[in-house]
This record gives sequence, structure tokens and C-alpha cells, in this order.
Amino acid sequence: MSSNAAHSVVEPSNTSKSVASILVVLYALITMIPLFWIVITGFKSPPDSISYPPKIVFEPTLEGYCNLFTTRSRQTREYVAALGPPEGICEEITRKRQMVIVGKSNYWPRFQNSLIIAFGSTILAVFLGTLTAYGFSRFKVPLADDLLFFILSTRMMPPIAVAVPIYLMYRKLGLSDTALGMILLYTAVNVSLAVWLLKGFMDEIPREYEEAAMIDGYTRLQSFWKVVLPQATTGIAATAIFCLIFAWNEYAFAVLLTSGSAQTAPPFIPTIIGEGGLDWPAVAAGTTIFVVPILVFTILLRKQLLRGITFGAVRK
Amino acid sequence: MAQIRVEKLHKTFGDFVAVRQSDFVVDDGDFFVMLGPSGCGKTTTLRMIAGLELPTSGRIMLGGKDVTYQRARERDIAFVFQLFALYPHMNVRKNMAFPLKAMGMPRKEIKQRVEETARLLRIDHILDKSVSGLAGGDRQRVALGRAIVRRPDCFLMDEPLGTLDTEFRDLMVNELRDLHDRINATTVYVTHDQLEAMSMADKIAVMNHGIIEQFGTPDDIYQHPATMYVADFIGSPSMNFIHFNSALAPGGASVSLGGNAVQLPALINAAEPGNKAVGVRPEHLLISDQSALRGSVYGSEYLGTNQILTIDTVHGLLKARVPSHQSYTIGDNVGLDFATDSLSVFDAQSGKALATERTPQHMREQLDG
Repeated sequence: MSSNAAHSVVEPSNTSKSVASILVVLYALITMIPLFWIVITGFKSPPDSISYPPKIVFEPTLEGYCNLFTTRSRQTREYVAALGPPEGICEEITRKRQMVIVGKSNYWPRFQNSLIIAFGSTILAVFLGTLTAYGFSRFKVPLADDLLFFILSTRMMPPIAVAVPIYLMYRKLGLSDTALGMILLYTAVNVSLAVWLLKGFMDEIPREYEEAAMIDGYTRLQSFWKVVLPQATTGIAATAIFCLIFAWNEYAFAVLLTSGSAQTAPPFIPTIIGEGGLDWPAVAAGTTIFVVPILVFTILLRKQLLRGITFGAVRK
Repeated sequence: MAQIRVEKLHKTFGDFVAVRQSDFVVDDGDFFVMLGPSGCGKTTTLRMIAGLELPTSGRIMLGGKDVTYQRARERDIAFVFQLFALYPHMNVRKNMAFPLKAMGMPRKEIKQRVEETARLLRIDHILDKSVSGLAGGDRQRVALGRAIVRRPDCFLMDEPLGTLDTEFRDLMVNELRDLHDRINATTVYVTHDQLEAMSMADKIAVMNHGIIEQFGTPDDIYQHPATMYVADFIGSPSMNFIHFNSALAPGGASVSLGGNAVQLPALINAAEPGNKAVGVRPEHLLISDQSALRGSVYGSEYLGTNQILTIDTVHGLLKARVPSHQSYTIGDNVGLDFATDSLSVFDAQSGKALATERTPQHMREQLDG
């Protein structure tokens, strides 16, 4: 900051600024600890991962990642020795533990389920939310305030409160353990958030733009498409990321309503069993990979996200 | 090009009457200004003509065609918004081409038409710029360009100069009028600024509380206000009113105002006894030492070419426009006289003007009706 800039009374002093910066950095570091621990655990060997006191310095290994993607079976020393040269690093690591790879694990299919369900429900929720928000923003909807509150109220209950009825309903409808069922469920939960967030953004877009477009010879739908939507992209991006984070991380419904073909990664990861209990390095490896897509997305869209969070804080 | 005819137009929002039984006709090629304070219904009327708002009752004809319940896109109109409403995600060229694309015009023709219009408005050098970086005046011209590029039957403008600074506004007033004279399209222009209205309009409608108080030429409206509201709204400072209570016979009458007999212009019809008011513009209030109507100087505003004297009299504070070289000090006792041939007479109860010999013929029936 240049010293000759005009000093405003609301501008904090340099000392308080540096104190604030230090606090923020400290806080950021503290919140990073679990993430850091997960990432390093993924590269530990199973004994290192549960050693006490916990090891910070250790010999890194890809065993966790190998275990995450494979299923293995224990063999006799003679059987392992009789095998030909190992193919790839995973086979090498596995043989050191007197095991051979017998197949692929379910991690990748579960991860794919997560991708399909999270992105599918996000797209649907944002699509429906955009249209609904536009409707509430531009038209006189009877009982609009009550309806909006009603839409929001679906978010107020903890998932567990509705889990049993939804479970029974889904079983009856044949939606249990299907990707479609999960997409519909996450869409239903996310639509309320999408409507509220997007309504704020829509309200900020002056009506004159659509009116101008309608006078210029377009129908309302065309005006919406050509004039309103391009200006709502920031809001749509912010909403999409919020919906995606929810659907990606959701655990309670997933654990109750999926068990096999439609199971997502969150309920799957804690069930990765090794010898003598949970295979912590594999769990940590699965979590690390699971965090990557949302991390990339959030970094790519962080500007929009920030605007989404602080939205409405400052009036122009 | 088209004539706009509005018949018994009425619009309510819940209990609020925004426009009350309006009737007016804008002739083909006229520059028509709707003038009034905010909330008087001028913008609502404009939006109904545009098709952005549907009337509660009444009829709107554009070029002899009933368009009352037609959608905006089905009417051959263009609209310039107060905040321009330039599409921020398109550049100037795309903004201007937008209405032409809706018509399904071939690409080549669009390009040609946009460039031709841009030259007319002298914005051809910024065609490929983004609209968000433009200065106020250029934005204004682009908004106009988008409106005229389609060559519609009529233009509707909602306070298009409202956001520009004063200096630029004067320039745009001239440009707008020039443009109108060149393309000669029927224009409806809404403003709350009487200077804009006076300097541009062929016809003005002064509105208040949803009612058209007066419809006429700028000269009619200034010289012969139909109601006390119009007399008060137009002119700066506004007209002085001197109240009196008397019956008036047709023909020349003289009333005594504070012991001073004032000759009124001859009335066409007799007026019942009741509260009346004489209206006199500041420039028609003359300082005259012989006059029996006296007052003391209360204040003065120096305006350069002239000054406005506020004079405290038995009739309240009156304002007079006098040459700036005459100097007065506060407390000076001065006499006041009226120029009979520029006085207006009002019925103070109804607020309406009484027709006098100086009322133009075409306004007399209106006033007596």
C-alpha cells in the first residue's frame, strides 16, 4: 500500500492490518491440518499410519493407493516366490506383504457414481432454480413470500428426520439404490438453495433489459435466454458450486439409500477394510482423490464463489 | 410513421389510480412530451403505449390500428430507457443489431443498416467497443441508435437524459431535436424537466396525479396555463397567485387588490362569486413607484441577465423578475403593477383557468367544458 494514498477514517491502521493478516494465516494453517494429515496418511504404510506417537517423518509408499484400487489375497511365501517378475509398482508392493492382486476394488465405480449423481443433481437443481427464481423475481406470484419460505423450509430439517419416510417411499417406487433416485433427492434439497441464491441475483438484473429485448422483437423466453441468462452467469456459477459441494459431500442420505450399484464415494470410503481393521492409508488415499474435483472446481470458480458469499452485503 | 391516439386510458395498481381517463392525440411526426412530477402517471402512460403495461381500460391506437392489448414486440415501436438498458454482454454493434436480428434480416443488410445508423449518430468509431466502457453521452447515442436502427413507427423515450450531467444534457437536447427533425418520427418523450420539455416539444401534456392537466404547445402552456397546477409547475420561479373573492361579469373587469384596482383581461363568460386568483408571471410583475399596491423587498436572487426580487406584500410573498442592474436593498418599499394583457384568471376552487379575451380560440371550449 502506497504511503501517499489518502487516509480514510474507516481504513484500518497498518498495525491492525498486520495483526489481522497474521491471525488469518494462522487460522488458515490450523484448518489445513486435517487436510494435510489426510494427504500424508495416504502415503504411509499401514503400520506407520497407526503408530503411536504419530509419525510426521516416514518413508513414503504408494501402498495406500494400491490398496484403494485393488483387492488382494494372501498367499504362501513359496507361491509368491514362484510368480514371475511383478508387473507395475502395485504388484511389487503387494508381494512384499505376501499378497497378490486378484481384482479391482469398487472405489472407481463409486467415484463415478459420485460424479454422475453430484453433477446430475447440480445441473437439474440449477436449471429448475434459475427458472423458478426468474419467475419469483419478475412475476406477481400469489403468496410469493409464503411460497419462498416454504421452499426454504425444506432446508431446515436435518436429513435424518426425513430419511426413514424417504427410504420407505424410495423402496416402494423402486428408486432405492439408483442413480436417478439420488439425483432427484439431491435436486430436491438443492433447489431451495438455488432458488434463494438465484432470486437475489435475478432481482439485481434490471427489468429494463428484458423489456428492451421484448420491444426489440423477442418473446419473453427469448429475452430470458439472450439477455437475462448471460448476465446471471456469475450467480449461476456460484449457485452451481454450492449445490455441487453439497451433493458431492452428502453422507447421511447416501449411506441410507444406496448400498450397491448407486453407492457414492462418501459411504464407501470408510468401509475399506485391510488386514486387522480399517486400512487407513487406503481410506486417506480415497479421501485425497475424492477432494480433488471439488478443489479444482472451487479454485476455478473462486471469484464467483466469493461474490456468491458476500452477495448483497454492499448495495451499489 | 404514425399517429398515436389514446382514448379514455385508465390504469390502476390495486387501489392506486396511476392514469385516469386520459385522452390525447399525437399527430404523425410530432415530438410530444409528457411532463410532470414523479408518480404522476407519465411513465405508466408511456409503458402502456409501448405494451410493457396493459391498461385497465381504454384504447390505444398506433397509426389507426388498435394495439391496446398487443404485445410489445407486435407493435412497431422503439423505446429508449432512462438507464439505457444496453445489453452489457454485447458490444455496440451487437446491441444495435439486436432488434434487426429479431426481424430475421439478412446479415449483410444488418451490417449495412447498423453502420448507416452509427454514422448518423456519429458513433461509427466505437462500433466494436464494449458498452460498459462508454461515456454517458456515447451510451445515450448507442441507445438511440438501437432505437432508430429498426425505423419504427414511433419512438418512446423515458427520461433518457435523466442521468446525464447538465452540460451534456443541453447538448443532447439539441441533438435529439435535430435527429427528430431529420427522421421525422412520431416521438413520445417523458420527463420531469420543464426546460427539456419546453425546448424540444411540439406538444406537451402536463400530468399530475394521473390526470392530464393540459395538452398544448409549449407556448400555450406557458402563456395560457389551463389550471393553477400547470401555472405553478411551469416556469421558474413559478407564477404568482393573488387570491380574491368576487363574482366576475363578462367583459373587462377591475378588481381591487389591496386597495389597488387591477384591470383584468375581459372574461368570456360570467363567473360565480367565490374564491378566485389572478396569476401573474414574475416577468409581468412590474415595479412601479406610482402603484398603490406596495411591499417591501424581502430578498433577491441574482441570475446574471436579471434578478428575482421577492417582495413581501399584503398578498403574501410575490416574485418579480427585474433587470439585474437595478439595485435594491432588503426592506426597500416598492410599488407593484401588473401588465393586464398577460394576466391569467383562475377559479381558485376548481383550480381551472377562466377563459378571457387573451385565451386562444382553440383553448376556450376546453376551459369552459
